[in-house]
Amino acid sequence: MGAAQEKGRKAYARQLDLLHGRVDLTHGSGGRAMVQLIHELFARHLGNEYLAQGDDGAVLPAPVMAGARGRLVMSTDCHVVSPLFFPGGDIGSLAVHGTINDVAVMGATPLYLAAGFILEEGFALQDLDRIVASMANAARAAGVPVVTGDTKVVERGKGDGLFITTTGVGVLPEGLQLAGRLARPGDAVLLSGSIGDHGVAIMSQRENLRFDAPIASDTAALHGLVAAMLATKAQIRCLRDPTRGGLAATLNEIAAQSDVGMMLQEQAIPVKPVVAAACELLGLDPLCVANEGKLVAICAGADAPRLLAAMRAHPLGRDAAEIGEVVADVHRFVQLTTAFGGRRIVDWLTGEQLPRIC
Amino acid sequence: MKYLDEFRDGALAQLLARKIAATAEPGRAYRFMEFCGGHTHAISRYGLADLLPPELRMVHGPGCPVCVLPIGRVDMAIALASTPGVILCTYGDTLRVPASGGKSLLKAKAGNGDRCSDIRMVYSTLDALQIAREQPQREVVFFAIGFETTTPPTALAIRQAQKEKLANFSVLCCHVLTPAAMRTILAAPEAEQGGGVALHGFIGPAHVSTVIGSRPYEFVAADYHKPVVIAGFEPLDVMQAILMLLRQVNTGRAEVENEFVRAVSREGNLKAQACMAEVFELRDEFEWRGLGVVPHSALKLRAAYAAFDAERRFDVAYRSVPDQPACECGAILRGLKRPQACRLFGTVCTPENPVGSCMVSSEGACAAHYSYGRYKDRH
Amino acid sequence: MCLALPVEVIALGADAMATVNLGGVKKEISLALLDDVQIGDYVILHVGYALSKLDPEEAAATLALFAEMQAGGFAAP
Repeated sequence: MGAAQEKGRKAYARQLDLLHGRVDLTHGSGGRAMVQLIHELFARHLGNEYLAQGDDGAVLPAPVMAGARGRLVMSTDCHVVSPLFFPGGDIGSLAVHGTINDVAVMGATPLYLAAGFILEEGFALQDLDRIVASMANAARAAGVPVVTGDTKVVERGKGDGLFITTTGVGVLPEGLQLAGRLARPGDAVLLSGSIGDHGVAIMSQRENLRFDAPIASDTAALHGLVAAMLATKAQIRCLRDPTRGGLAATLNEIAAQSDVGMMLQEQAIPVKPVVAAACELLGLDPLCVANEGKLVAICAGADAPRLLAAMRAHPLGRDAAEIGEVVADVHRFVQLTTAFGGRRIVDWLTGEQLPRIC
Repeated sequence: MKYLDEFRDGALAQLLARKIAATAEPGRAYRFMEFCGGHTHAISRYGLADLLPPELRMVHGPGCPVCVLPIGRVDMAIALASTPGVILCTYGDTLRVPASGGKSLLKAKAGNGDRCSDIRMVYSTLDALQIAREQPQREVVFFAIGFETTTPPTALAIRQAQKEKLANFSVLCCHVLTPAAMRTILAAPEAEQGGGVALHGFIGPAHVSTVIGSRPYEFVAADYHKPVVIAGFEPLDVMQAILMLLRQVNTGRAEVENEFVRAVSREGNLKAQACMAEVFELRDEFEWRGLGVVPHSALKLRAAYAAFDAERRFDVAYRSVPDQPACECGAILRGLKRPQACRLFGTVCTPENPVGSCMVSSEGACAAHYSYGRYKDRH
Repeated sequence: MCLALPVEVIALGADAMATVNLGGVKKEISLALLDDVQIGDYVILHVGYALSKLDPEEAAATLALFAEMQAGGFAAP
């Protein structure tokens, strides 16, 4: 055991009981208990040279872009998912992937993450340990370290176990601009893979809905896929990840920002059969169900084949598909041709998507 | 998914569309009511109207139990939910129905600062019974809505509660009956007048019919000389049923036919019917949103099961609350007006801010049109 | 008229409960409203209960009816 660790051990009367211990108000008070929590739990998993500096802020090198100056992209995301653990992931991996993706779909290379934790008094340290380990694994696998963070504790009943906020920063090469307002008639609409996986994985865990289905969340960091797509030099107008509200919300957002309409082909939209079945049982529309490892790309129509090939060559884009096109429409409707040949609108999700009996 | 995918086949849909087009007599107008909200939803969701000839119009009926639930009944549920100690269990559909004073079950769940109600969404009465077992110190009330498809499960739950002596379980019974509603539509004076709103036939509900059988619809043919074709739930079923209705109308027949032969018989599910009859009896009358007060159209718990009747256990009484004056849900539910004819449609009344229940339920004519079909209004 | 689905019975349990499968999703439901349900039968499921059994022969006959090539409608009643 190293000298620093010896010193650490003597500073605390007892090690944290990660098996049976619970968060209490002292862990957020700024005193010794909080420092111990950070050392023995957070830093143990997330440890890197920046976090180890142990100061109020992380000092980071200025981003270097090959040749010309780049710009910074920053994004933040709050995570309140319940349940905290679900097939395919947990709130920790979700928090890391979600913010990496928000930075990546701007066309930027994600560089660093910050993480804030609001813990409810009584939260099991075992669960916290598991979640932070999961975050660390996700961050390491993605190559994007958590360089600074904060923890607060709220009284029992004032927080749903754990809330995590992550902020990410990345760098965007000069000349690259992806934005929701840039779609134009004639553009192709591409989707990186099957929709509905995450939302259904979550709903299958919820209290009052008892069924076990082999559906896992698709939570994943998409910056590698994005890099492969940008490398094709295809004319990409916009990338976006369809999280809450599903594909329907994302496409309606882009249509509104760009002042266009869209025409989709229902049969081209990939949905895993088991997800489709779960949605049938719950009375949900897969188009409105959340995803955490997919992206939508709007590109010049002529570039679609090339871009699609690059997506399919990447592990996270194997099931990528061209699902429709952008059209001129003053009403900005996103429409869809059903498998029947009939037409209908794909509207925004209304309120919370509730399973229905009718 | 077996027995689903085959009944949604696009190629067969095109074939059926051609048959329908060939069978519809040119220049003759046809108005068929699909009674069931599930059929309304299927028609909108698959864009079926695009596959039908222009002179054939589907009129949406009141077969959506959420849509016909009057404000006063939702008020009762909200009152029960805010009674200390009560856990109100409900299907997801009712949560956003607007009640008196801008309230809804969803808003009651969220609370208003000092107090919120314990309202739990359940998928089945089985879940509500389980909550009652797990929380013996709380009163668990199940908000029972639905037509005859949903009634037998409620009956079973009450019988089960009695068997287990679950003293903390009760039901707010708002179950309604399909044939009574159909009779109200047929008997309405407006239906007999001209103005293009006369109905030439009905598409009968799929799943209600698995329970009650095809026999209860025979009065439609016998007393009102209109054909009824019971259709399965999938879009191809609906199209085949439309074809069968066309053939009847063209040849002047008025019979009850069954397209949903794979699940519906003339007698229905006798065990389920017996279960309902054991636990429930007819209310003298019941107010329906849009249809007004209809005699012998709804159910209440029999005296033998009084212990499980939330209306008797708690101090809640039904108070009739009028609809918003400009709300046209009534006329729309009876198939007399289309959603677009309502002044509030799409402006004040939207799925985010529903004024009337036709907009709340995704099966309601207004919600279906808004969510799937309103692009047609703009062209 | 409400959301109901054809599901396959894959296991029978106590108290009239059963496990059913729809496209890979499994659920526990009640068979209390039906008699004589066997493994392999398809039932119509609504709010956690099976309401009726599905007749495979009638289902096949219905599909065949859809696919009939002649437009029909002109035969005598």
